[in-house]
Amino acid sequence: MKHIVKILSLLVTISAFWIGLLQAAIVPRTHTWLLPIYFIVSLGCYGLLMVGIGLMQFPTCPQEALLLQKDIVEAKDFFKHKGVDVGSD
Amino acid sequence: MADEKETKGEKKYKYSILIPTYNERLNIAIIVYLVFKHLRDVDFEIIVVDDGSPDGTQEIVKQLQQLYGEDRILLRARAKKLGLGTAYIHGLKHASGDFVVIMDADLSHHPKYLPSFIKKQLETNASIVTGTRYVKGGGVHGWNLMRKLTSRGANVLAQTLLWPGVSDLTGSFRLYKKSVLEDVISSCVSKGYVFQMEMIVRATRKGYHIEEVPITFVDRVFGTSKLGGSEIVEYLKGLVYLLLTT
Repeated sequence: MKHIVKILSLLVTISAFWIGLLQAAIVPRTHTWLLPIYFIVSLGCYGLLMVGIGLMQFPTCPQEALLLQKDIVEAKDFFKHKGVDVGSD
Repeated sequence: MADEKETKGEKKYKYSILIPTYNERLNIAIIVYLVFKHLRDVDFEIIVVDDGSPDGTQEIVKQLQQLYGEDRILLRARAKKLGLGTAYIHGLKHASGDFVVIMDADLSHHPKYLPSFIKKQLETNASIVTGTRYVKGGGVHGWNLMRKLTSRGANVLAQTLLWPGVSDLTGSFRLYKKSVLEDVISSCVSKGYVFQMEMIVRATRKGYHIEEVPITFVDRVFGTSKLGGSEIVEYLKGLVYLLLTT
């Protein structure tokens, strides 16, 4: 099944549940009308939270740049000895 | 003798390392050196798909062929810049390995991770092993805060919309079973990095077993290329396309 169909079915199910809640009036109707807004706002907040956490925990590797420079020097040296002209950066 | 090896459960696989190049005269030599350094006991070939680089990349590759052997380094050039997807397809036609590794030519992908890709695949029998920069043990160097923010935001959006099953969608350091790459690539039509996203999302949808290994990514290009508004628009368009068609 295509992904978009999965997502739409999920939305349809949630909407059906919401409409059911409206009709059954277990929860006061004024609250129920606001539920979609709460849902979207929570989703937005969750997204922002995930971005923030991800940003704080963003893995960096400054030592890799140094190691790479070492590797480049090693490679250039090797090629110089083998007579391969690799030129300069 | 061959039977003895097979009953022991040992099978020697061959790996084709596919590297599309454009103006990577120095970098391709360094990559080749590093691949040979880190894959000592592995049967592999390097396939360089060069799109008519004016800086002499092909001449360097020919010298490397003299040094390492024409059976280890294959030069399969094209006349001009024709795009990444077609470069992979072109290289794939000449690949004789059981597995194909794709990687960038600008040294942002370090060959030292090749053994970990191979090991992961052998351990899990995965169809695809993809390198991820965003987990512990991985990482990125050379990005400022704004760049990290865009990357993180883009990733969260893609995860929410697409449920891709991998943590790094735009990464292009991957190992594929050859038949799997052939299957996935035939159904992808995007360009650029959206192409990389499309490949991994389609592979997930088709139910292929995908594993991840941490990799580090040293961005030496970012200072020169900017992530502007048009890139962001292209990315969003790509997301919507993938949302609707996969």
